[in-house]
Amino acid sequence: MAEIQNFTMNFGPQHPAAHGVLRLILEMDGEVIQHADPHVGLLHRGTEKLAESKPYNQSIGYMDRLDYTSMMCNEHSYVLAIEKLLGVAPPIRAQYIRVMFDEITRLLNHLMWLGAHGLDIGAMTMFLYCFREREDLMDCYEAVSGTRMHATYYRPGGVYRDLPDSMPQYQASKWRKQKDVDRLNEVREGSLLDFIDAFTEKFPGCVDQYETLLTDNRIWKQRTVNIAVVSPERALNLGFTGPMLRGSGIEWDLRKKQPYEVYDRMDFDIPVGTNGDCYDRYLVRVEEMRQSNRIIKQCIDWLRDNPGPVMLDDHKIAPPKRVEMKDDMESLIHHFKLFTEGFSIPAGEAYAAIEHPKGEFGVYMISDGANKPYRVKIRAAGFAHLASMSEMVVGHMLADVVAVIGTQDIVFGEVDR
Amino acid sequence: MSSLIPQFVVDLWDAIPMLFQHLIIITAQILGVTIVVILTVAFTTYFERKVIGYMQGRLGPNRVGPLGLGQPFADVIKLVIKEVVIPQRSNRFLFLIAPMLSLIPALAAWAVIPLSGSFVIADINAGLLYVLALTSVGVYGVILGGWATNSKYAFLGAMRSGAQIVAYEIAMGFALVGVLMAGGSLNLGVIMQAQAGGFSSWFIIPLLPLFFVYFISGVAETNRAPFDVTEGESEIVAGFHVEYSGVAFALFFLAEYANMILVSALTAIFFLGGVASPMEGWTFLGDGSFLREPNFFWLAAKISFFLFVFFWLRATFPRFRYDQIMRLGWKIFIPVTIVWIAVEAVMAWMKVGPWSV
Repeated sequence: MAEIQNFTMNFGPQHPAAHGVLRLILEMDGEVIQHADPHVGLLHRGTEKLAESKPYNQSIGYMDRLDYTSMMCNEHSYVLAIEKLLGVAPPIRAQYIRVMFDEITRLLNHLMWLGAHGLDIGAMTMFLYCFREREDLMDCYEAVSGTRMHATYYRPGGVYRDLPDSMPQYQASKWRKQKDVDRLNEVREGSLLDFIDAFTEKFPGCVDQYETLLTDNRIWKQRTVNIAVVSPERALNLGFTGPMLRGSGIEWDLRKKQPYEVYDRMDFDIPVGTNGDCYDRYLVRVEEMRQSNRIIKQCIDWLRDNPGPVMLDDHKIAPPKRVEMKDDMESLIHHFKLFTEGFSIPAGEAYAAIEHPKGEFGVYMISDGANKPYRVKIRAAGFAHLASMSEMVVGHMLADVVAVIGTQDIVFGEVDR
Repeated sequence: MSSLIPQFVVDLWDAIPMLFQHLIIITAQILGVTIVVILTVAFTTYFERKVIGYMQGRLGPNRVGPLGLGQPFADVIKLVIKEVVIPQRSNRFLFLIAPMLSLIPALAAWAVIPLSGSFVIADINAGLLYVLALTSVGVYGVILGGWATNSKYAFLGAMRSGAQIVAYEIAMGFALVGVLMAGGSLNLGVIMQAQAGGFSSWFIIPLLPLFFVYFISGVAETNRAPFDVTEGESEIVAGFHVEYSGVAFALFFLAEYANMILVSALTAIFFLGGVASPMEGWTFLGDGSFLREPNFFWLAAKISFFLFVFFWLRATFPRFRYDQIMRLGWKIFIPVTIVWIAVEAVMAWMKVGPWSV
């Protein structure tokens, strides 16, 4: 008599639904998961250790590469920690710009999540629809920072530069006719703010479109309702944050509970779920996109009316203008000092957390008074979520594992750091 | 006509014994149909990519040749010159024979499909049974391929495929019982002729539930989205053909698309009158009007429509979970077909409906 054994399957790291490099060791009875063992560390790049060997400003670029679907939010937390240690606050316009780009980043992240989640569950069209809108937001990144992903736009003391007055435009080519180019450039005639404004006008319609495809779709509901239910108590115990926690029905959002920058001036709602299943988390994130859109609109209105500096006028932290350097000795010295050894931070420690699209993203920084951090510890939301993988998938089928990976919105740059 | 053919060819032809003459004609017909099917498959992939491309707000293939029409050939060339990698621990014989086992039934089933009012390679009376048998045999290729690969992903795919085919084969069979009762024959040509007389006499009207069950089962049977759990990209990578490459993969691919076209053709024949024109009864078009004639182009148009629906489904729906597919097959489709067969029987007994004759 042959002994019946469970089936062990190695899911990833080379797997289309692994969202990068997740490796799961699945123990299955038929197709029902008995145990899931996530293996992390395949994308470990030593970000925290690298930060210890560089002047503060040079690590901002590394933060972009943590959660590479929500770049500026990572920077934000790191920059806030530095500002906390320095005891400075950026100019109000910079704070608005940061809030606006945080929300643009939230849209970027949620669009990426929605597309990937849909693709995992088999709705491949979602992916392309989401990327269509993502493209516009990428253009915003490009216009403001010069890069489409790894922006390095937030700096201690403000943001690198003010919003540009013109948008880059498409040009006709062999594959793209003048007529199409004109249509694409129509919203790119004005300033960046005009472009974002046009985007916020059309975006709710796009979200409606996504919802038409998924929200009431019977198959989508069959695949997500009552899958991976997490009770509110359990969600708290597991250290969930962000949409994962709100999906379980706990109204916790750092933007409301511990407002940073100008979030206390913004008018927005926090959506919460009721059942704590994949479908609720889906609804929460979709609603968050609509709320982000609202915040962006409020920021645009304020930014249009209130020009001003976007960087502190303190040349111990922020570099002086190029023009000033030409005939001002002191500016030249400041510039030289800042770009050779950077600035030093008084000894101390600080923890700065923001409401990252995936949850609470925090940076804990210890300074010993030198020009580089003594220690940087990054609190990534995805890590705590991934730790609950086994608990969430046990008793479900193989296809649900994919849905759970999607609903956790895992990005390995952040989990493995 | 005869003057066009040189005398020596006619002499040569007459010199061949009758049996061989027959054999040559049949072989030529088979070759012709097979080549047409394979070419159709090639352009079906192009059609699919264009349709899905436009649905997803992109352009689809547009680089190879005018409008990207060379794309299917580029794909074929790529697949043919790729190495066929055979996994070391696999069963070589079964691994290599599996793609053929899945392709051969998909092509052989075309033998009984009436492609015009008169042309059919084999006009046999048990045509419907033959089609049912061959579409079921096709799954052996999938199961054997998945098993012979000796990979867990492929194995899971094969298992899923086996269970799925069993479930949907029954629903499909029951749906065809309804067609059989209405058409009064197992011969596909006769079933088609029973629907002559314009749109109103097509079986889709009295057999609407069976039509849906049959077509959806057909989608499931060909492992197309949203029932593509056997190769569920995001779950088991590529399922049963995860280790196949080059020509071996191309054969599986060919079989899948040939099956899709076959299911579309069968749906058209069983429920939409096959080659029959929808305007057959429109006398105001005049006698002998091209539009009223039963014609191969009507069949082609219907096949194209169903193929379009295949792609439309793929672009719209998320994928079912494996147990949900089973539930749909066993708990919804089979009861629906049984109920409708009973309804049909009662109607036939009470002499209402088009099959009462």
